[in-house]
Amino acid sequence: MNNIIIQKPKKNPYRWLVYAALLAVYIWAFSGVPFTGIKETAGTIMKSILTGLFEPDWDYVYLPDGEDLLRGLLDTLAISVLGTIISAVVSFPFAIWAARNRSRFRTVSGSGKIVLSFVRTFPELVMALLFIKAVGPGSFAGVLALGIHSVGMLSKLYAEEIESIDRGPSEALLASGANRFQQLWFAVLPQVLPSFLSYTLYRFEINVRSATILGFIGAGGIGTPLIFALSTRHWDRVGIILLGIIVMITVIDLISGAIRRKLV
Amino acid sequence: MSLHVNTKPAAAQKTARPKPPSRIKHYLTIALILVLLWASSKQTEASLPELITGMPNMWDLLKEMFPPRWSYFDNIVHGMLETIRMALIGTTIGAILAIPVSLLCAANLTRYRWLYYPSRFLLNLVRTVPDLLLAAIFVSVFGLGPIPGILALTVFSVGLISKLTYELIETIDHGPLEALTAAGGNYTQKIIYGVVPQIQANFMSFVLYTFEINVRAAAVLGLVGAGGIGLYYEATLGFLEYDKTSVIILFTLAVVLVIDYASTKLRERLL
Repeated sequence: MNNIIIQKPKKNPYRWLVYAALLAVYIWAFSGVPFTGIKETAGTIMKSILTGLFEPDWDYVYLPDGEDLLRGLLDTLAISVLGTIISAVVSFPFAIWAARNRSRFRTVSGSGKIVLSFVRTFPELVMALLFIKAVGPGSFAGVLALGIHSVGMLSKLYAEEIESIDRGPSEALLASGANRFQQLWFAVLPQVLPSFLSYTLYRFEINVRSATILGFIGAGGIGTPLIFALSTRHWDRVGIILLGIIVMITVIDLISGAIRRKLV
Repeated sequence: MSLHVNTKPAAAQKTARPKPPSRIKHYLTIALILVLLWASSKQTEASLPELITGMPNMWDLLKEMFPPRWSYFDNIVHGMLETIRMALIGTTIGAILAIPVSLLCAANLTRYRWLYYPSRFLLNLVRTVPDLLLAAIFVSVFGLGPIPGILALTVFSVGLISKLTYELIETIDHGPLEALTAAGGNYTQKIIYGVVPQIQANFMSFVLYTFEINVRAAAVLGLVGAGGIGLYYEATLGFLEYDKTSVIILFTLAVVLVIDYASTKLRERLL
């Protein structure tokens, strides 16, 4: 009987170099951060925020006159709904531009993809800052920022969906003499619509999260009262706003997730 | 010559033709979207005329942004390096903390329902809070500087990496685990020799992916005072020095694109 000895897998001879490089990167990273200068009051503030979370300012949920939690959340929701609808409409032509099988030349779709990745990397908060300069502070600036920023991701997903469709219906329409628009309407659209809706809902979930922080820089939504409560040390108000945001996002994720599972 | 493909009489064919699918659902969906559109544009006071009157402002802004004042570049290199440091440290600490959390949340390793359901619930709650919001809270707790930014990124990374990893752990092959149990391996040995080899490549890929996201996030954390290059946006926009702002934007874009490219290539090699 012969024992078979299984050889250990060979290790990369350069692995020590990789480890050394990683170590150097981490030494560089940690040495550059000042681990001092933390406020002495950090512990007590942390405690008051936690107490605020467990004993929130329930009165703030609804105030008869003006700024309260429900109106703030509704504003946030409206910003994300409108931003998502705008971006879905704008994304459609961009997706056709960037889809490889919709244009004859590679350079056309390639240039579309470059433009989209540029839009994607442009931070939406910076975009909101620029729109505030253009249309003034308020929810509308937030809507525009979300609407433009989301195009980067949505069009990419849309374009990939268009690239993966079945060519059969398109060719059949072409053979029977349909023009490009008819091909798009009767062959492409029915195939991609469910996934488009699903992606749009997914982006909507992301946009709700983004809309909660747009208010930090004055672009509307619940962020404005939150940053105000933080700077005036109303910890119980911070608590109720945080609870409101967490509940809203969780509920929206649940609903949107259920619809998406039904769609695809 | 007559080519009669249709042999059935016309009347029979008419009854055999399937009814078109009902369109009520489509109309309802469109109506719902229109209602949402109307209600939300009313709530946000969005108006097309305002956008059109704002367009010249926007155009002026863009004109002032170009050409960028490149001499400002030297001032922001430090901020950019701090941004990368924050992302790196936040991702690393988050990844280390994510290991026990994901083991706790995986249903096939933690056999007790009362243990993994609450852990998952907590994890989902943590993931609902956006990173900038975390940063704003940590700034008011710890004061201005990169520390609150790092903490916010750490919490965010724990949420994302744990979620991806525990879902991966639940799909691993149970053969090695059973073999280790049969050979008398304890819990730690089962994790190190049975689980880790199966997930390490994917785990590293998740960490790199989180790092990409964190670099983007860290670039704007400064807007709430949590360190990094974001601090410079308010400084330049506040003094209406848009040519400096454009330098910051272009520099950020370049760094993010380079890091994304490198990380994507690394991830392709890993998997």
